[in-house]
Amino acid sequence: MTTGLSNAQIAWRAAQDLPDGAYVNLGIGFPEMIAKFKPRGREVIYHTENGILGFGEAPPKGAEDWDLINAGKKAVTLNPGASFFHHADSFAMVRGGHLDIAVLGAYEVAETGDIANWSTGPGSVPAVGGAMDLVHGAKQIWVVTDHVTKTGRPKLLKQCRLPLTGVGCVTTVFTSLAVIDIKGGRFVLREKLPRMSLTELQALTEAELVVNGDVKDLIVPEL
Amino acid sequence: MNKIVKSLEEAVSVVGDGMAVMIGGFGGAGAPIELIHALVDRYRKTGSPGNLTVINNNAGNGDVGIAAMINAGMVTKMVCSFPRSSDPKAFTDKYLAGEIALELVPQGTLAERIRAGGAGIPAFYTPTSYGTVVADGKPVEEFEGRHYVRERWLKADVALIKAELADRMGNLTYRKAARNFSPLMAMAAQTTVVQASRVVEPGGIDPEHVATPGIFVNAIVEVADPKQEEALLRERAVQ
Repeated sequence: MTTGLSNAQIAWRAAQDLPDGAYVNLGIGFPEMIAKFKPRGREVIYHTENGILGFGEAPPKGAEDWDLINAGKKAVTLNPGASFFHHADSFAMVRGGHLDIAVLGAYEVAETGDIANWSTGPGSVPAVGGAMDLVHGAKQIWVVTDHVTKTGRPKLLKQCRLPLTGVGCVTTVFTSLAVIDIKGGRFVLREKLPRMSLTELQALTEAELVVNGDVKDLIVPEL
Repeated sequence: MNKIVKSLEEAVSVVGDGMAVMIGGFGGAGAPIELIHALVDRYRKTGSPGNLTVINNNAGNGDVGIAAMINAGMVTKMVCSFPRSSDPKAFTDKYLAGEIALELVPQGTLAERIRAGGAGIPAFYTPTSYGTVVADGKPVEEFEGRHYVRERWLKADVALIKAELADRMGNLTYRKAARNFSPLMAMAAQTTVVQASRVVEPGGIDPEHVATPGIFVNAIVEVADPKQEEALLRERAVQ
């Protein structure tokens, strides 16, 4: 089996698609890594749903201000031009279609654009946070994820099996093996690892991968 | 007009048994720790106020703030979006034992329900949660080709919030991302009780900078150098 990209490499690849001037919300955890790999010369304004636009990197240890945190409750700093606002305004930015991109992790993504990323089913304390809001409203919804589960089962499915976060909302999936756009209820393959054949990739993907024209090589640096 | 009260005890005296209480804060930022602990202290002494419904984004962290209320046994229901934290033991134990109820609300829907409660809007439609279990049983309608779920306003008997500056008329500013839900909760509660780090004379807050106008505020107690929940938990972890 082909070794896929690390999380850092997936984040790097997603970061290359951030356009200059975009307003972007990076989900808690893995998606937060994307900020680190933003190409130089592009200005991206980061939104966090707890009420900041234009936050920057983490402060040095010991210099944290715990009233200045992101949605993951990690300490952040402010970039020049930052602003504070209350929660209703923050989610107006989300649902009102003002954000350009929201990036999330996922347990499962379906070819219909459905996403499951908040619950692994009964037996634990349910917690949804802002995920169900974030999947609606941003102009593009990106998912960063391993292509398969830890046990090797496909995460890109015909239909999600876990409880849904949202219906028909994902636009692009950056995985450890490929970059896939969701168009017209189909997975359209944009890039794949050059050492992997389409047949091998399809075997690790439950729903059909559609090829429209060229499939580019997915090439990322060692990180 | 003077909304300033002398003590924390007096400030929280409005909270009674069985009430719905909105508490400001997102994680530790904006949590009104001194107001909360004045309530916990009263409950430990008198057994009241109990049977509370608490509305907050989270459900407590460690053993201070809302977690202390839960540990004391004052809370029978939480309304929140994310009842997990770095140390969610207080809520998790009671929830798994069936001793506390949970109404899970997506974060933006929670904010908008509170805003609607304060704005006199009994219901509204949102795309959030359409097609998910969270929308089960709720009316759905189509607008311009998309589906939306009907959600109801959320109001409370009392809101407890933390501000940076206040004047005796109730005008407030907040500190950085400690603002979060507090301006909305101040609107949605019958009685809004504020702890402010500093009380200034009317005019001491530039009207351009007022984040919550005084009409939404009923009582203010000055708490200089307030505890910050996250900082408090981290200090304790080191000790």
